[in-house]
Amino acid sequence: MLTIEEILETIKMVQEENLDIRTITMGISLRDCSDANHRIACRKIYDKVTRLAGPLVRAGEEISREYGLPIVNKRISVTPIALVAEASSADDYCCYAETLDRAAEAVGVNFIGGFSALVHKGFTGGDRKLIESIPRALSETERVCASVNVATSRVGINMDAILLTGAVIKKTAELTAGRDSIGCAKLVVFANVPEDNPFMAGAFHGIGEPDCVINTGVSGPGVVRSAISRVGDADLGELSETIKKMAFKITRMGELVGRAAAKKLGVPFGIVDVSLAPTPAIGDSVAEILQEMGLERCGAPGSTAALALLNDAVKKGGAMASSYVGGLSGAFIPVSEDAGMIAAVDDGALNIEKLEAMTAVCSVGLDMIAIPGDTSVETIAAIIADEAAIGVFNHKTTAVRIIPAAGKQVGDRVEFGGLLGRAPVMAVNRFSAAAFVNRGGRIPAPIHSLRN
Amino acid sequence: MNRLKDLKGNNRVVITVIGPDRVGIIAAVTTILAEQGVNILDISQTIMQEFFVMVLVADMAGAKVDLIDLKDMLAQKGEELKLRIDTQHEDIFNFMHRI
Repeated sequence: MLTIEEILETIKMVQEENLDIRTITMGISLRDCSDANHRIACRKIYDKVTRLAGPLVRAGEEISREYGLPIVNKRISVTPIALVAEASSADDYCCYAETLDRAAEAVGVNFIGGFSALVHKGFTGGDRKLIESIPRALSETERVCASVNVATSRVGINMDAILLTGAVIKKTAELTAGRDSIGCAKLVVFANVPEDNPFMAGAFHGIGEPDCVINTGVSGPGVVRSAISRVGDADLGELSETIKKMAFKITRMGELVGRAAAKKLGVPFGIVDVSLAPTPAIGDSVAEILQEMGLERCGAPGSTAALALLNDAVKKGGAMASSYVGGLSGAFIPVSEDAGMIAAVDDGALNIEKLEAMTAVCSVGLDMIAIPGDTSVETIAAIIADEAAIGVFNHKTTAVRIIPAAGKQVGDRVEFGGLLGRAPVMAVNRFSAAAFVNRGGRIPAPIHSLRN
Repeated sequence: MNRLKDLKGNNRVVITVIGPDRVGIIAAVTTILAEQGVNILDISQTIMQEFFVMVLVADMAGAKVDLIDLKDMLAQKGEELKLRIDTQHEDIFNFMHRI
């Protein structure tokens, strides 16, 4: 029995508070596309992606109109290309990236994720070729997203991989210098990467997944902020309760849309990723939620505690709303994609060290942060290693998506446009960790990995 | 509390009309529904902050058009009348508010 108030609440959430489905992501296995001849492999990849994802955009638009709920992005994730390309004799894998880009353009999606390698314990030849192909692949394509998993709680932290990806990030920044180093916005370095994440740039189709699957990612920071504002000066228990209820409602939308899309496309439904994903639009900000909770600015003392409460309440509400919650699930705190975060950096309230602390209690990690272009490879590697350590030792996913903006200094800005937003270049600690990261090898897994 | 009827079936849509009050809103909306064979199951209306708010639940089982076409027709009528008319599948509300 629906009440008129409930109907109007839903409509208000969509029309005034930016509730939307952030993404419907189709995961496609490319394991059957390997071939010794890379040209044949690429043709198989193109054919399979366009065959399965051909109706994706149209299905998304139809669902969006039927339910009156915006679906912002339609995207594709594929098997980590290192696994698919390895059988071929190609020396570099840019041809695979180019194929993915063409397939994505043909079906009308804005991003395709999975130019990826999993190297937490070590490299195969294919892994190394893929990682070395990343800078050129990202500078020569529009839609391809790359990721590298360099650590897990089971096996520890692969410092050799971190050092290599540090150099890859730097080179990607230089190759895309003319566009504010935008290539780095499409490259994520993970610890404990989830295999069913629908959000870019870190999405890929894991090896335990079916041939084709639909995953959805929900959004809705504006809805949570409004709900908090309505409860006034409620205590923290009541605040958590309010966020939980909102997260429940938001997640139900993701579940509904995911199931409708899966049915329309005739593929299994995978998971809902219960994440608060901000956009640069005013009012669609995670930082503003923290400020609504009582912080003068995001980054002020108390930010970590407030974010912990928010993240946990989102997960609790989301877990009740869907049986298949997966992906990253939590609150994202990207800087360039969140107007409140950008303002906090501009006001001097938020720095990289505080962001790092905050990533210990929320999903993902140091995300969309611009740093000076002259930051050394070793320092970038050390930042990645710190973030990986937080993930590995706390059994959670963490990631780094950092942009050493070529030719820019602290106080300059980078401008990516669209959902990727804009960011002030942030200061990095000027002391060196070169001798530490250059030791190489692998940081052993923490003792709590020995569970068997 | 103003409750809409509890109804079964999978062809139901919720039509919401929001805007300044004026003569003929209900007639305009229901004429389109009648022409297209859409059966009205329930109507509620209220005034919120000086705005006219009407919620219709309708059954499309015998409709001549599909949901997306109906949505466009009503939205266009809304523009003529300077109102916002949304048409959505009922599931979105059930899914959000009912376990």
